[in-house]
Amino acid sequence: MADLTSNTAGIISPNPFWLASAPPANSGDQVQRAFDAGWGGAVWKTLGTPIQNVSSRFGAIRWRGNNGVGFNNIELITDRPLEVNFREIYETKKKYPKHAIIASLMVETREEWREMIKRSEDAGADGLELNFGCPHGMCERGMGSAVGQEPKVNERITSWAKEFANIPVLVKLTPNVGDILPHGLAAQAGGADGVSLINTIKSIIGVDLDNLVPQPVVGNQSTNGGYCGAAVRPIALHMVAALSRDPRFQIPISGIGGITNWRDAAEFIALGSSSVQVCTEVMLRGYRIVEDMIEGLEQYLASQGMSRLDQLVGAAVPRYTEWGHLDLNYESIAKINADACIGCQLCMVACHDGAHQCIHPNPDGTRVPVIDESECVGCNLCQIVCPVPDCISMVEVDNGYTPATWNQHVSDGATLRPKKGAH
Amino acid sequence: MSKLPPDRAEGVFVDFKPAYTPAQAVVEANRCLFCYDAPCIKACPTSIDIPQFIRKIATGNVEGSARTIFDSNILGMSCARVCPVEVLCVGDCVYNEMGVPPIQIGKLQRYSTDAAYEAGWTFYEAGESTGKSVAVVGAGPAGLAVAHRLRRFGHAVTIYDKRSVVGGLNTTGVAPYKMKADRSVDEVEWVLGIGGIDLKLGVSVPGDVSWAELEDQHDAVFLGFGLGPDSVLDAPGADLDGIEGAVAFIERFKLGGVDLSSIRNAVVIGGGNTAIDAVRELVGLGVQNVKMIYRGTESRMSGYAHEWKAAKQEGVRVVWQAQPVAYQGEGHVTAVTCVRMDDAKQPIPGSEHDIAADLVLLAVGQAKLGELVAGLDGVETQWGRIVTDDDGATGRAGVWAGGDCRNGGKEVVNGVAEGRDAAEAIHAYLTGGA
Repeated sequence: MADLTSNTAGIISPNPFWLASAPPANSGDQVQRAFDAGWGGAVWKTLGTPIQNVSSRFGAIRWRGNNGVGFNNIELITDRPLEVNFREIYETKKKYPKHAIIASLMVETREEWREMIKRSEDAGADGLELNFGCPHGMCERGMGSAVGQEPKVNERITSWAKEFANIPVLVKLTPNVGDILPHGLAAQAGGADGVSLINTIKSIIGVDLDNLVPQPVVGNQSTNGGYCGAAVRPIALHMVAALSRDPRFQIPISGIGGITNWRDAAEFIALGSSSVQVCTEVMLRGYRIVEDMIEGLEQYLASQGMSRLDQLVGAAVPRYTEWGHLDLNYESIAKINADACIGCQLCMVACHDGAHQCIHPNPDGTRVPVIDESECVGCNLCQIVCPVPDCISMVEVDNGYTPATWNQHVSDGATLRPKKGAH
Repeated sequence: MSKLPPDRAEGVFVDFKPAYTPAQAVVEANRCLFCYDAPCIKACPTSIDIPQFIRKIATGNVEGSARTIFDSNILGMSCARVCPVEVLCVGDCVYNEMGVPPIQIGKLQRYSTDAAYEAGWTFYEAGESTGKSVAVVGAGPAGLAVAHRLRRFGHAVTIYDKRSVVGGLNTTGVAPYKMKADRSVDEVEWVLGIGGIDLKLGVSVPGDVSWAELEDQHDAVFLGFGLGPDSVLDAPGADLDGIEGAVAFIERFKLGGVDLSSIRNAVVIGGGNTAIDAVRELVGLGVQNVKMIYRGTESRMSGYAHEWKAAKQEGVRVVWQAQPVAYQGEGHVTAVTCVRMDDAKQPIPGSEHDIAADLVLLAVGQAKLGELVAGLDGVETQWGRIVTDDDGATGRAGVWAGGDCRNGGKEVVNGVAEGRDAAEAIHAYLTGGA
C-alpha cells in the first residue's frame, strides 16, 4: 500500500488529511477524536483575542434535494480563553506526537504576534498558520482578509512571524482577490515556508423571503459571511494551480476548499498541494469520512503505480496551460450508447437550448436521440446532463489535421480545421 | 471440494432481487444519509458499518466498501442475498420514518461483495502460525466464520462435515431466487482462499471421528453442525410415497434434478419461512396448484410478511386454520385430510375434509441435534439447543458452539456473527487471554 506520509514545509503528518481551522478543530476533545478517526493533522481554530459570536451563524445551499452543496458562516475566531486552547494543544500533542497540530493565529500588533507565536511553540505546535483570509467580521477590524488583500501588509506581518518563529509558518490566503499570484508571492517574499488556500469567499448565502432578511438571520438582520463547501472547489483548485504553475512561486501548498472525499483530495494534490484541509464535509457528516479518504487515496496511488504521496503532488500541473497553447485541431464528438439510454432526452434539450443544436429526435420514433456528428462541437454538455454514467461518451475524432494552437496560428500561420457549429 | 452437477433443478429460477448495475448502485448509494450511530448497523447481527460501505460506493471506492463489509461479516456476499433485510437493516432505515423508500442495503452489499469476488480481492492473510489447532464441526456459515477468523489469528483449523458439499444450509437450503448453490460454493472457496483450513468432507462427528479423538487432536472445538432432519406429523398414512420434509426436498432440487411433471396438486404444511420458501419454489418449478396449509390465521404465521406477500403475488393459495390429521392414498398420497381449527388453534369437531395432494411437503420444524453432544460431559442442551455463554462457550472447557445448533435455527447472518465472536473467544483462550 502506498505511503501517505505528508510533508508540508517541514510539517510532517501520517497522511495529508488535516482538519481546517474551523469549528471541527475548536477544542482538544474534538481534535483528539478526529485523530482517533484517522485525520493526520489539525489546524486549530484560529487563536487571537477571544471574540463573542452571534446566533445564528451558518447557512447552506439546498439544491435539488441536497443540503449543503455550498455553505456559509459568520462565525469568528476562537471564543474560548487562550490559556485553555494552548493547554489543550499541549495535551493533544503529547497524546498524539506523530500527528500534526498547526496553530492558526490572528492578532494585530507585532508584539501580539511575538507573544502568540511563543505560546504556540511552547504548547508544542508543529507549525503556524497565519490567518490572512477570514472575509467577515475580523477583516472589519483590520485583520484576516484585510491583511491578505494587501500584499505589502501580508509580506510585512509574515516577516514578523518568521522573525519570531522556530517552526514552519504557513500563510493562509484569501480568495477575495482578483489574482491570487501576487498574494502568494508576497507571503513567499515575507519568508513564509508555505501557503494554505483558499479561505472562504465573501458571500450572502440566501434571503429569508418571509421576513426579507438575508441569511443566516441574526434577529432581524444579517451580514455577509464566508462561502465554502463542495461548490467552491473549482475556485480553490484554480487558485492552487495558479500558484503551482508559476515558476516564481516555490513554496509548498496546503490545499483547502470543498474537499469531500478522496477524489477531491487527489485533485488538489495533483495540482500541487502537499496536504489538504477539510472543514465543511466534516461539519456535515463527521470525522468518520476520513476512513474512505485514506483508503481511496491509497488505492488510487497504487492504481497509478505510485508508492509515495509526493509522487502525486503537482503531477497534473504541467498539463495546466494557457488557452493559447491548446490544440485547436483536437476534435471530439459525443456518442450515445443506445442500450444504456433511458430516453430522458435531457441531452437533446441541453444541446438545443444550451449548446449547438446537433442532438435530434430519433426518426425511428424511439426516445434515443441521434447526434449529428457533422455539427457536434464536442462541448461535453450532453454528457454532463446525462443521468446514466457512461451512456454518453466523448470520443476523439481523427480529422487528419496536425495539432495547431492559436498562438501557432497567429505567429506561424498554422492551419486550423474548419469550425463546426458556427452558422 | 465436491462440484455441483450443472443440471440442477434450481437453474430455472431468476434472482428475485436482481443485481445492481454500477449506475444503479451509485444512484442508490448517494441517497444514503450516512447516519451517525445508524439504526441499520444496530439491526445487523454482524454490525456491518453500513453507512461507511455505502459512502465508499458513492466515492468510487468499491474495494474499500467490500473490505468494510468483510471486516464484520466474511460471508457478506451470501448475506447480501439471503438476509431478510426487510426486517433487519432496511427495515430500520431512517427513511422509513419519513415515508421515503429505504436504502436497498442488501443490493448495495451484493454490488460491493460481488465486485470483490469477481476481482479476486481477498483482503485477509493468515496470521503467523501459533501452533494451535481448532476443530470445527460443520462447514456451514457459523463454521466458516469461525474458521476464517481463527486463521487470521494464525491458528490451524480443520473443518469436519458429514456432507460432501460445503456451505451447510447456505448451499442446500437457500431459496434459489435468492441464491443458487453454486454461488454459496464459490463463496466458500473464496473464504478458504485464506489458506490453512483443512476440509474433511463426508466425515461425521461423532461417528467417523469420536469426540475423544477430536479433543485429542485439537486444542479447541467449535460445534456448528446445525439442525437435524425435518420434523414429521405423526398421522395415519404418513409413510405413503409423495410425503417429504420440505428441507430435504429443497436440498434435493438445489443439488440435483427433480421430476415434478406428474404433480398436479402440491401442498406445503406449515406457516414459517421454510413453508413460504417451499410454496414459492414449487410454483417456480412449474407445479400448477400449490397450496399452503397452516393451522393458524394469516396474522399469526411465523414467516416474514414480505416473503408471504411475494408468495401471494406468485399465485400461491392457502388454507388457513386447518390441521392435517391423515393422509389418503394407495402407495402414493392423493389427499390430505384436515380438520378446521378455531382461533385458539383447537380442532373443530366434525370439520374433517380432504385436500387433493400428490405431493406433500412438511415444513413444521427441524429436529434439534442436542443429543449429538451426549458424549461431551459438561456441554448442556436445552430444548435440543446447545447452551453457551454470550461468546459461544459451552460448559466444557475448550468447546464452543454457534449457529443453528446453538440458536435453534436463525438466519445465516446470525450464524456468521456467532462464529466470528466465538473465534475471538477461542483466540483469547488459546493465547492465554481472558
